[in-house]
Amino acid sequence: MMFRIAMRRFARAGLWLVAIMLAVPAHAARVPIQFWHAMSGELGVEVQHLVDGFNATQDRYQVIAVNRGSYDQTMLAAIAAFRAGSPPDIVQVFDVGTATMMSARGATVPVDALMQQQKQPFATGLFIPAAASYYADAQGRLLSLPFNASTPVLYYNKAMLARAGVAPPTSWAQMGAAGTRLLASGAKCGFSTGWPEWIQFEQFAAWNGLPYASDDNGYKTFRGVHLLLDAPAFRKHLGDLAAWSRSGVFRYGGPESNALPLFINQTCAMYMDSSSSMAAIAGGARFPWGIAPMPHAASVPGAPQNSLTGGASLWVMARVPADHLPGIAAFLHYLMSAPVQAQWARTTGYVPVTRGGYDALQASGYYRQNPGALVAVQELSNKPPLAWTRGLRLGYLPQLRQIQRNALEAVLAGKQTPEAALKQVVQQGDGLLQRFGETAGGER
Amino acid sequence: MGGSQAAGAPLPGAWFRGWLLPSLLLAPQLAVIAVFFLWPTLRALRDAFYQGDAFGLSEEFVGLRHFAHTLSSAEYGHALLLTLAYALLTSVLALAGGFALAVAVEGLRSGRTLFRTLFLWPYALAPAISAALWVFLFRPQVGLGAGLLEHAGVHWNPALQTGQAQALVLATTVWQLLAYNFLFYGAALQSLPPSLLEAAALDGARGWRRVRDVIWPLLAPTTLFLVVTDLTFVLFDTFGLIDVLTQGGPDHATETLVYKLYEDAFRNFDQGAAAVQSLLLMLLVTGLGVLQLRLQRRRVPA
Repeated sequence: MMFRIAMRRFARAGLWLVAIMLAVPAHAARVPIQFWHAMSGELGVEVQHLVDGFNATQDRYQVIAVNRGSYDQTMLAAIAAFRAGSPPDIVQVFDVGTATMMSARGATVPVDALMQQQKQPFATGLFIPAAASYYADAQGRLLSLPFNASTPVLYYNKAMLARAGVAPPTSWAQMGAAGTRLLASGAKCGFSTGWPEWIQFEQFAAWNGLPYASDDNGYKTFRGVHLLLDAPAFRKHLGDLAAWSRSGVFRYGGPESNALPLFINQTCAMYMDSSSSMAAIAGGARFPWGIAPMPHAASVPGAPQNSLTGGASLWVMARVPADHLPGIAAFLHYLMSAPVQAQWARTTGYVPVTRGGYDALQASGYYRQNPGALVAVQELSNKPPLAWTRGLRLGYLPQLRQIQRNALEAVLAGKQTPEAALKQVVQQGDGLLQRFGETAGGER
Repeated sequence: MGGSQAAGAPLPGAWFRGWLLPSLLLAPQLAVIAVFFLWPTLRALRDAFYQGDAFGLSEEFVGLRHFAHTLSSAEYGHALLLTLAYALLTSVLALAGGFALAVAVEGLRSGRTLFRTLFLWPYALAPAISAALWVFLFRPQVGLGAGLLEHAGVHWNPALQTGQAQALVLATTVWQLLAYNFLFYGAALQSLPPSLLEAAALDGARGWRRVRDVIWPLLAPTTLFLVVTDLTFVLFDTFGLIDVLTQGGPDHATETLVYKLYEDAFRNFDQGAAAVQSLLLMLLVTGLGVLQLRLQRRRVPA
């Protein structure tokens, strides 16, 4: 199987090679900058717009944007290319790949250092705090450039909520009550969720100001980090979800955005998913709908805190030719500019990652016309991040998420109690974190 | 299969002189084997003993730790048992179904071509595409099949109910394999010597008796071949199908060996564990191949 997948990749790499060989002579005068990204469909078109905009201003560098499939595939392709000695100049890596990229010292060029060296104006303070803190090191220097940022929100069906006479819930207790009233008013289901492990564990932790793992979620060190997911608040949340799943208030719809049709076809009155699902919902929903912040756990003092940035950032790879570096820095500078940020956020539904971009959108009246788009921004900047709500810096994060999803599924199916499931999550997760600590090196 | 028996015996004196020409003739094939089989295998063999980061910046020799870790992990044991059960169940159902369909269609007086064409269609689809079709059919609240099940009183939610997810994967796999088995059984039925069937008819064997005592034993070589291909299909080619249908969930319920291998290698960048798993999987399939050759030699004398 590995062989088959490798073959397919090999074939695809060959095709790209031919395509690039055909394309390069035409621009031989300009230095080509390879930019690998995971944005497909409409998003890919928007990336190309940005790149075209940059290339039009350039006579020395030519950015070549290449879609390498999904986030997983893009990261894998970059790693394989690095190992083969010909990495792309810039690669888009999703949030969960951050720790892997960060731990691989010598595989990447820190963006902060690059920009200083290339004399491009750059400071962490130019970015909105929640986006910056996810991709910065312990000293607050950005290692990668925040690019496409999103965060979970609560989508709700206005007609169904009106029929049940409830407002969008702000706390989980209200969520349970609203769900019960929705069922009584004839709804088949109160709410569902996309990305269960991301929203009901990671974001639940940050939004309620709870640490997810020790050592500030791994920001301090990769060594000796352990999960803190068996805390009472998580147990209660998992128990609530299980009880609501039995009563019909909550309906589980599977991983990623698989549950989205439950909201679109009005089975569930509310749906939690990434703010970047807004376009999909706008395209599918044949009913009035709104966007509200995620509910918080009212019993946790200080909640709600802030939500975490999802999405991806851009990493500059090491071992690229030195004459590429000025061009890479110029391109990153261009991406940070306010007009580009505003255009990107307006056309894609992502959150602008720079303060300049946000101000530009605000000034143009975008948020007045699209108040729903503001909810994600408000969640991210609800309060200044605490040391443990800046983000997650944990290795094997895809695997950790999978363990959590399995635990959630086991609890919802009635096979495990929340206590036992969370204990197992911590036990399995700690084993992985220990292995990551051994290979990644402790010092930061 | 089996037909190359006559060509297999070397003719006396059919030897090349010297070694240059034979080496040249063999070179392309050997090169392909070396590049696409030997080299990756050796690489996996080596990686199984090392622990390194994803980028290959550093690594250390860890001996048998990955083997111990994999073999002692409950998840791997679960995936192994699940895969065996899945492979056996799928093969039995697809063989029985394919055989029954083939016998039924070949027994028709008219319309054989039509049914042959119809039953072959699923085989023409890539596993991922047939899985996508089934996803549409059985998506809760939306799909036609899901609607029928709900109508029949089944609370259909394969995202959560492990049994339902397994049934969905099983049904899709069987549906796809059925066409392949049907094709081979159909061809084998057509090539049965009419004299034998006529002799059986003269002896009074008809209907079920004829199928059980004459046709089924005569088709044994085909069955053996199909068992091995079906098992291999389930071991490797169902990856795309599972990825589209359930992504191994819920709670590992459909995480077969090959899917777990993919997760560890390409999602978790855990190369040591993935190398060990691919070696074990290779052993399994090699064993299956050897078994097939042995049985074939015994069952089908030249």
